[in-house]
Amino acid sequence: MRDLFTLSVLVTVLASGVRLATTYLLAALGETIGQRSGVLNLGVDGVMLLSAFGAYWTALETENLWLAALVGMLVGLLMGVVYAVITLVFRAEQGISGIGIYLFGLGFSDLLFEEIVGTPTPSARLPTLSVPLLADIPYVGEALFEHNLMTFLAFAMVPVIAFLLFRTTFGMNVRAVGENPEAADSLGVSVFWVRFRAILIGNAMAGLAGAALTLRLGNFQNNLTQGLGFIAVALVYFGAWRPRGVMLGALLYGIVGALVLQLKARQIIPLEASDLAAMAPAVLTIVALVVLAGRVEAPSALTQPFSRD
Amino acid sequence: MIRRALGGVVPLGAALVAFLFGAIMILALGANPIDGLVAILDGAFGTRERVATTAVRATPLLLVGVGITVAFRARVINIGGEGQIVIGALMATAVALAIPDTPRPLLLPLVLIVGMIGGGIWGSIAGVLKAYASVNEILSTIMLNLVAVQVMNYLLRGPMIDQAELEGSRIPQTERLTDNAALPILVPGTRFHLGIVIAVVAAIVVYVLLWRSPLGFRLRAVGHNPDAARASGISVERSLVTAMAISGSLSGLAGAVLVFGSESLRMVTDGSTAGFTGAAGFNGIVAALFGALHPLWTIPSAFLFGSLLTGANNLQRVLQIPSPLAVALNGIVVVFVVSSGRIRAWIERALDDRAERAERSGGGADPVAAAAGSTSGGGDS
Repeated sequence: MRDLFTLSVLVTVLASGVRLATTYLLAALGETIGQRSGVLNLGVDGVMLLSAFGAYWTALETENLWLAALVGMLVGLLMGVVYAVITLVFRAEQGISGIGIYLFGLGFSDLLFEEIVGTPTPSARLPTLSVPLLADIPYVGEALFEHNLMTFLAFAMVPVIAFLLFRTTFGMNVRAVGENPEAADSLGVSVFWVRFRAILIGNAMAGLAGAALTLRLGNFQNNLTQGLGFIAVALVYFGAWRPRGVMLGALLYGIVGALVLQLKARQIIPLEASDLAAMAPAVLTIVALVVLAGRVEAPSALTQPFSRD
Repeated sequence: MIRRALGGVVPLGAALVAFLFGAIMILALGANPIDGLVAILDGAFGTRERVATTAVRATPLLLVGVGITVAFRARVINIGGEGQIVIGALMATAVALAIPDTPRPLLLPLVLIVGMIGGGIWGSIAGVLKAYASVNEILSTIMLNLVAVQVMNYLLRGPMIDQAELEGSRIPQTERLTDNAALPILVPGTRFHLGIVIAVVAAIVVYVLLWRSPLGFRLRAVGHNPDAARASGISVERSLVTAMAISGSLSGLAGAVLVFGSESLRMVTDGSTAGFTGAAGFNGIVAALFGALHPLWTIPSAFLFGSLLTGANNLQRVLQIPSPLAVALNGIVVVFVVSSGRIRAWIERALDDRAERAERSGGGADPVAAAAGSTSGGGDS
């Protein structure tokens, strides 16, 4: 046990925690925008799987990581259009249609992988970048400033999304249609188009998250995300629909995940006991949901389809 | 009349469109969709063994699906089928491991009941959280799924692991369980076991419970309008917990059936929930939705999706089309079925308009549409 708490191990845990938080963060920030507009997307995991495959295949074929990330985002956008039609045009139950999107993404990404690639083949991976000067700070540098571009991007998105939500007209409209669509509508805000754009942003970021995952691992397999997208949805509640809260949640998940990996790698506790440790974030989320339930309010119109009549 | 018919026709049309999608996918993968359909049908129903396998695959979908109808009718969205299956199976397996020498007439019902209790407990946690702490059940059930999979990994790699695996490859699985807990095979030479009959009976029981009992009336009243239900003296909180407990116990039963109806007669996983459940917790939702959230209609619906799953395996064997096609199709079916409500509303409005116009033009009113207009909201929901 003492072995674990040396400084260098803690730095490793922190560094890999930040790395693992990236995917949660990108997906959850996107979902925050969508939920703020009143649309719950439970299909994030499926979108991530499809985008991850798109990005992986692009990386495999072209070795161009920029293009791969772009393809991941485009797949996300495409799924966003699909989801917008389902929820805004057909006004389908959001919780259930999200499960449909999830199953489609799970099955279709697997199908494409087996059909096109077949056996797991390593692709190009995102290189690790060091921030000049900052990376030289002892310990902190390694933990915080030596990561791939996606990680830096994810954390840079936190203030950007916060600015977008709370300081721009678009953000104001997003919050308005999520809280009181009737009032927003009577003021001339198009609930449909605001939600449409919010859904697109959310899905594009889920797509980016999928790309970030596969390009970090440099590989793809069936059910690559292992339910990561569902956690991202929960993190939005956990973070009380605020980008900073979402970031804290993502970091918590990332760091606990990294800790469990270290426990396993160093065989400090029996392998099976680390499975018990791995449930800590989920239990913690449930506790947080109970504690937060009475205190923070979800966007009032969350999951409520809007119609004028 | 037209309206009642629409209730069935529109989702059916939605499914047809979904399967058309499947045909396009098969075409895109370079095979003839007709050959694909033949391969699926042959895989699902070609031989006695295959029919039995289809029924075996349909069983967990049916049990989970019937549970889903109970929860959704009370307007609780239970996404926790996966976790409830796992916990039910774990508890049932633990009992079989602990008292293997108990005679079959005692042990078999016992493990099934324990499975139900396990799933029921796991489900009611989400019910209690929703009723008394206003925690969104979608989130809590997802989190409980994640907890359940870790509990399973822990138990199957640790305390419950087959001792032989400790020396060997450490596959997370139990030893072969006692035959005293095995579900008896009903059709010799196939895998058709008692669990299939139990699932069908469960669907009928739940139908009676929902539509022929005071409890069912309360659950549906809460689902229909919680405020009105409360005003008429129904405890909304208790009803929510009950709905989740029943829903969870049916998933738990599915878990027990998965273990004690399996050929290897062990509980085994690959480290993910789907590795044990085959995603039945999610596919059961598909079956229930396609069965219009009606326990009896969920029976043919579950068998349809069960045949899709076994058929897809054959599709892979015969035409080299990856079997995950079935999962993707399930997703499309869900999307189309939940989207079809609006299409139904559009058609109804068009009918109303026509009836109105006919009325205004005097005489010659379409009696069918007019009658339908006066009985809107009919049906058994």
